[in-house]
Amino acid sequence: MTTASREERLEETVYRPLLHTSRAWYAWMAVLVVLMGVGFVAYYEQLQRGLAVTGMRDTVVWGLYISNFVFFSGVSMSGTFISAILRITGAEWRRPITRLAEITTVSALLMCGLMPIVDMGRPDRVANILLYGRLESPLLWDILAISTYLTASVIYLFLFIIPDSALLRDKFAGKVSGLRHRVYSLVSLGWQGLPEQHRHLERGAGIMMLIIIPIGVTVHSVVSWIFGMTYRAGWASTIFAPYFAVGALYSGTAMLITLMIIFRKVYHLEEYLTEKHFRYLSYLLVVFGIGYLYFTFAEYLTIGYKLASEDKLLLESLLLGKYSPLVWGGFFFGQILPIIWAAFRRTRTIPLMLIGSILVNIGMWIKRFIIVVPTLSLPLLPYDWGVYTPSWVEIAVTVASFGGFALTLTLFTKLFPIIPVWEMKEGWEQEKAKQSAPSAGLAAGPTTLTPQTGGARNG
Amino acid sequence: MDSDTSDPNQSGEAGKISRRRLLALIGVAGAAAVAAPLVPSMMGKSTGTASGEAGKKAGGVLRQWTLVIDLRKCEGCVTQDKPPACTEACNTEHFVPAGQQWLRVMNVKSEAGHTYYLPRPCMQCENPPCVKVCPVGATYRTEEGVTLINHERCIGCRMCMAACPYGARSFNWNQPQNPPGATFAKYSPEFPVPHRQGTVEKCMLCAHRTADGKLPACAEKCPMKAIYLGDLTEDIATNGTDIVKLSTFLGENSAYRLKEELGTRPRVWYIPGHGQEYGHHVGDERATQNPRSWQELGATLDKTHEGGK
Repeated sequence: MTTASREERLEETVYRPLLHTSRAWYAWMAVLVVLMGVGFVAYYEQLQRGLAVTGMRDTVVWGLYISNFVFFSGVSMSGTFISAILRITGAEWRRPITRLAEITTVSALLMCGLMPIVDMGRPDRVANILLYGRLESPLLWDILAISTYLTASVIYLFLFIIPDSALLRDKFAGKVSGLRHRVYSLVSLGWQGLPEQHRHLERGAGIMMLIIIPIGVTVHSVVSWIFGMTYRAGWASTIFAPYFAVGALYSGTAMLITLMIIFRKVYHLEEYLTEKHFRYLSYLLVVFGIGYLYFTFAEYLTIGYKLASEDKLLLESLLLGKYSPLVWGGFFFGQILPIIWAAFRRTRTIPLMLIGSILVNIGMWIKRFIIVVPTLSLPLLPYDWGVYTPSWVEIAVTVASFGGFALTLTLFTKLFPIIPVWEMKEGWEQEKAKQSAPSAGLAAGPTTLTPQTGGARNG
Repeated sequence: MDSDTSDPNQSGEAGKISRRRLLALIGVAGAAAVAAPLVPSMMGKSTGTASGEAGKKAGGVLRQWTLVIDLRKCEGCVTQDKPPACTEACNTEHFVPAGQQWLRVMNVKSEAGHTYYLPRPCMQCENPPCVKVCPVGATYRTEEGVTLINHERCIGCRMCMAACPYGARSFNWNQPQNPPGATFAKYSPEFPVPHRQGTVEKCMLCAHRTADGKLPACAEKCPMKAIYLGDLTEDIATNGTDIVKLSTFLGENSAYRLKEELGTRPRVWYIPGHGQEYGHHVGDERATQNPRSWQELGATLDKTHEGGK
């Protein structure tokens, strides 16, 4: 196959969803809009009648909303973080998946940020956080970390869209509505592909890649510290920050795999999202999954060995009592099974990976729930156990938040290509340059430190 | 014995300041450069943990309030076949919203098998976990060592409820019923009426009454006189009839605090007992009756409620 045809085919495939809208797409949008509509109705009900319409009460003061908050913050880890690491290490195979990874982060963070506001008793006073914010509060750390991560992720996503947007601006002129064309010209910031512009872009991207990694770590650490900074059994743990960060990587990688499989099928990306991508991401999933198993083991072993009074109650309720189906179910189906599937070539098939990666995230959502709710149900003094059953309002808002996550992704992929066309082309050009002058490539090898040379041969 | 009561108060301050500094430093480090210009103003706003140092204030002594609950006298009002009078006094004094008990009397069955009653107000901790975690400084500690809530600032995140190891806080999940005229009552954190939906509530040691030289409602209405209001500054406590030297009273009677091991340093002390002074036997397992609400007790808002402010 020639390079020209390869490039043409790429544009043909990747631009198709931007120009053609199928009936299925409208049906899907209708489903999402309905889901979100029900969520809005539920939230309106909550605004009218107060949080009394939820299942939360004075003992279990947090429920589904905070579980969703932690879950979405975990999912957001996947994208930008993994994309930044792959770019820095010069992993060539990253090229088709970075955009999807980055928009996953942004969509998840939007929902993550909404959840605490939905959970607030006085959303009308949200401005008080800015007016009277106290840096001693873990909640403020969260607000700062998440807004910083969101800002950085949007910038990071945006930087790599600039050249693609310029391509669309030139290519789609006259083919799309004037408004949309104007969006493309606006986003492309006058990009002409000049060497000067490339230099600036690389510089900005280089800085963003470096800072986004520690920012990603802070987000998951401070989310854990909302719990870790209290005196509660099951929460007052020193390993919570790294535990959450590893859990987030596990959850995020699984979400990336799920979305890759879905978009691959829907947008016919089989040529670009290949067996290799799924294999490499499976390796990552296995590593993060085992890391997460290790943390889970360390967590329960240390509290289970000592069996301090409240820890004993908590552990009994988790492992043997009321929550044991969730805990053991989540453990087996969310950790053991998907890790085994991802580890062996035989089971690393697309359908099993799809099921496995979805199971991982169901398991991780359950994990968030059993971090939040059982600890709060524990009697702190000779009280009764707290009981919590989510109300329809909470369930509707939760479903709507997943709808919102999907909606952001769906709309984004209607506006911008889900595979970064210019980055793919850049990769092919580098490959071609190397093939035509292998000696030059070798000579440059030892002296250059730019990431591009790193894994190029594998690409 | 003396050191038991006065030392935690004195020595605690150095630790508190360094902890605040440390937390602030961690916060600043984590907040990234974006927030740097905001730091001074944010820190300036965080007047939450007011210094608990004993000292003079203009026009008199700066009190350091504490409660002593003598469990030898508390039998949960079961021998009188009545709901706990302290809880009901609290309900009528503050128009405590339905379903909440700011002062809750618990039935405790000890591991040794005996039964006793444990009234649980807010512990007014010297190292209050709730104050630390509040994102907006809506809950704060006064100079007199009482933790209050500014219901006009509270955003209803309930982080303080998750942080409180005593379960002393309640939330207004819906709009609580207020007494007639409450809309025009002068709201203050010391006397938080009218109650507001979506905000956190708790015992505030009747700050509006102590300012006026009165006992908290629970202490005043306790038929057994089991609740003492104490002042660490003058080392004195009273239940309205007896006056005792606080440090001696606590020491001689082996007073303890709930969950001392956590380091929250509560200002509520308990003298161990099981209501024996009112003839309650350890085998008497009668549970306390449900306290009646302020509506059932027919409480109305009047001048006396408005307190000293």
